Amino acid sequence: MRKLGNTHTGATGVTRRGFLIGMTAAGVSFGFPRTWAAMDPATPNGAVLPDAAQVYEPSLWYSIDSAGKIKVNIIRAEMGQHVGTSIARILAEELEADWQDIEIIHVDSNEKWGLMVTGGSWSVSQSWSVYRQAGAAGKTALLEAAAKQWNVSPSKCQAIKGKIVYGNNTLSYGELVAKGLSRQFSEDELKALPLKANKDLSLVGHHVTSLDIVNKTNGNALFGIDAKIEGMVYACPILPPTRNGSSVASIDDSAAKSIKGYQQTLALDDPSETAPGWVMVIASSFYAAQKAAKKVKVTWQAGAAASVSEADFMAEGRKLIQDPKQGAILDTGSHDTDTAFTQAASSLEQEYLTHTVLHAQMEPLNALAFLNSDKIWEVHSGCQWQSLTLPSLAAALGVTEKDIIIRSYLLGGGFGRRLNGDYTVPAALASKALGGKPVKMVLMRPEDLQFDSPRSSSVQLLKMAFDQDKKVSAMEHHAAAGWPTKVMVPVFMPKGTNGESYDPFSISGADHWYSVGAQKVRAISNELANSSFRPGWLRSVGPGWTGWAVESFMDEAAHHVGADPLTFRLDHLIAEGRNAGVEPISIGGAARQAAVLKKAAAMIGWGQAQAPDTGLGIASTFGQERDMPTWVAVAVQVHVNKSNGLVTVQKLHVAVDAGIIVDPDGAEAQCQGAALWGLSMALYEGTEFVNGKIKDANFDTYTPLRLSQTPEVKVEFIPSTAAPAGLGEPATTPVAPAIANAIFNAVGVRLRSLPMTPNDVKAALAKA
Amino acid sequence: MATFNLNGKTVTADVESDTPLLWVIRDELGFTGTKFGCGIGTCGACTVHVGGRATRSCITPVVAVEGANITTIEGLSVDGDHPVQVAWQALQVPQCGYCQSGQIMQAASLLKDIPNPTDAEIDAVMSGNLCRCMTYVRIRQAIHDAAAATTQAEKENNNA
Ligand code: FES
Ligand code: FES
Repeated sequence: MRKLGNTHTGATGVTRRGFLIGMTAAGVSFGFPRTWAAMDPATPNGAVLPDAAQVYEPSLWYSIDSAGKIKVNIIRAEMGQHVGTSIARILAEELEADWQDIEIIHVDSNEKWGLMVTGGSWSVSQSWSVYRQAGAAGKTALLEAAAKQWNVSPSKCQAIKGKIVYGNNTLSYGELVAKGLSRQFSEDELKALPLKANKDLSLVGHHVTSLDIVNKTNGNALFGIDAKIEGMVYACPILPPTRNGSSVASIDDSAAKSIKGYQQTLALDDPSETAPGWVMVIASSFYAAQKAAKKVKVTWQAGAAASVSEADFMAEGRKLIQDPKQGAILDTGSHDTDTAFTQAASSLEQEYLTHTVLHAQMEPLNALAFLNSDKIWEVHSGCQWQSLTLPSLAAALGVTEKDIIIRSYLLGGGFGRRLNGDYTVPAALASKALGGKPVKMVLMRPEDLQFDSPRSSSVQLLKMAFDQDKKVSAMEHHAAAGWPTKVMVPVFMPKGTNGESYDPFSISGADHWYSVGAQKVRAISNELANSSFRPGWLRSVGPGWTGWAVESFMDEAAHHVGADPLTFRLDHLIAEGRNAGVEPISIGGAARQAAVLKKAAAMIGWGQAQAPDTGLGIASTFGQERDMPTWVAVAVQVHVNKSNGLVTVQKLHVAVDAGIIVDPDGAEAQCQGAALWGLSMALYEGTEFVNGKIKDANFDTYTPLRLSQTPEVKVEFIPSTAAPAGLGEPATTPVAPAIANAIFNAVGVRLRSLPMTPNDVKAALAKA
Repeated sequence: MATFNLNGKTVTADVESDTPLLWVIRDELGFTGTKFGCGIGTCGACTVHVGGRATRSCITPVVAVEGANITTIEGLSVDGDHPVQVAWQALQVPQCGYCQSGQIMQAASLLKDIPNPTDAEIDAVMSGNLCRCMTYVRIRQAIHDAAAATTQAEKENNNA
């Protein structure tokens, strides 16, 4: 997912235009005391280092003090992508700063930062031009100031590693700031600043030590779960039987009273309806709260989902797809496929399923909330989307957004779970019930999984028409799933050609870059899913299922016409018309997807004979949205044990074109992690709803990939001068279909439902 | 009341005897480098050394470690330069970092038992430690690097 900042008016009233102005507002000084700035993952205790006396702020995005230290303000959440380092280096590059002088600050949720969201792999892509301009502005100001001192033209001076140099004269940035510097830039001036040529980039694309690493190896890194404040009490929640619509009928805490440290049990009153039916057990220690929670007896009036299970979502999805009036039709150029299908010499039709997937980020959900001495509600937590969370908190607390501040901590995994900040609400409500007393809430793992906003299950129907020459003449893709954007930010939904709104993140990927003649893409919201749980954005969102369907189907289509699956794909990747791409990010279009496919094929040795029950599989996607494609191809070597159905992925090779790579080491890490997520979801994850509840409660039965299941992973990048695209999610998307395609090549059975379990493999083999 | 030795210092905490060591370390003694992931011994985020052995502190009642020597990530080395930590930093293993205290403690105890582990040995010992960011490829490599660095350092010491 990506476009959260680009569409319409945000839930917070921040428009795209307002965002840009916010990002370039020059010389804005801090509107709050420095001590309020939030956690800095690069300092041992998260404290903000003091500034040397004089400070120059060329833009909202950073400051330089008289000691030459440069503090870069980061509005993105750090959740493993070393985002601060990536963004800071873009700035340092244009500023010609010395990397040793750079410090990163993860700021709080003050409205001046504009829309605050970290998701969709778009942090670097969207920061690229903003921080480059900001850096260039600082450099220009410093050059002008030094030139004035020496009475020469700024064009005669040079900025080198934190110093301005003219002949034998040098002035460091710190010295220039100490002399006083207040140059400001208008938006037009900023836009006119010259930027470095790609070939001159010395930090971008080179190895730089990420600033957050050391503290993540010595125990000093502070996550939300580590937040503490004098006088806080602990809360352990007891969750209602359904995500929505439950209400507490009775509470009996008599058995808990014997627990030392137990204080009381609260039934939350939640006007925001974020956490209906929640009960909070309060104690002086977290362990006491846990123990007491086991002894408190609660009964509820359950919501309607108490009788709804996974199979009901699937049945509903199938029913919706069969009704042609349902859903939104995407603009694909030509979506009238009827003629082609009527005249087709042959056609192919297949259904693909995916089951519910959990985020299961390693750090369980938590939040610390209290009313501070300035009568401001403080919420300390890891959060990916402050701008979405604030309105819920305001509604819950009955105050305005200005009365609340969210302090950012490191995230022990985001993956989209913390885009939805619903978990901060119960902590805030408990504090409110206790008169603003600090309440630290931590969810135990079963509650964390139960309260997940999981990736919805999905049903997809794909069709392809072929003419007499076995040429593809039309394609249809119908997808039904729960829609996170509809449930949480409906204002972000664009309209299809038939006037119906749709969740772009739940369908992108279906509008692929293959030339297939007439193409119909229909996105359908599964309302039973939307009402039964809260669907979430999970690492890559919809492309996690659309890519699964498209790339399995392309393989099936290739076999249908007797073509090699690689050749068949390449033949349909033609960079023309709509598939040619546009400057600056998608330029090159389908030709770039073809290039990564060829690369991955070469890496794995496509076409080589394999051992018995072993096969190669290939698949390729454009990551997520058409306007920010990251071209990824995955080739796998898979062995299938026919007697027990066990699938072993022996090699996982990934070819990526994400434009200019800002942080090569981090990019490799993100792609390794994303590809292994893809593998994990393909074979080892997946759960189901049983009577309104998620079946799995902990890592004993919900089993993401372990080290022993990790194959040889190779990641290679295609050199590019196109503007950077995202890296956090794209590599998750082609892995599952590559594995399914390899299983077919190994043992001749086709699996069309995720996850692919040993039982599924055995059942398919028995039928074959 | 519980008393044990934590990172070289005697500590006491006024807790019930059934309290898991994890919560004593984190909430009572303020060493938050050790993390909570599952509470049932399946993820390894809470791994500490008890008498030098890697131990899941979430399922270890504090009464069971009365008087024992316990090391957490904060006490693994004075300056964060245990060979495992150095290798972790050089390869930039951590992503979100949440699991890494547990990974590092597990890896340090692995190298004590098996100074030059094979991939299979690494897989066997480290598979109890979940990393949701899936940093496994680098974890494997970093353990090999730490092993090599330790062997090299010992050689140099012996020659000196
Ligand atoms: S928290 Fe102890 S093993 Fe997971
Ligand atoms: S680094 Fe995030 S869970 Fe391991």
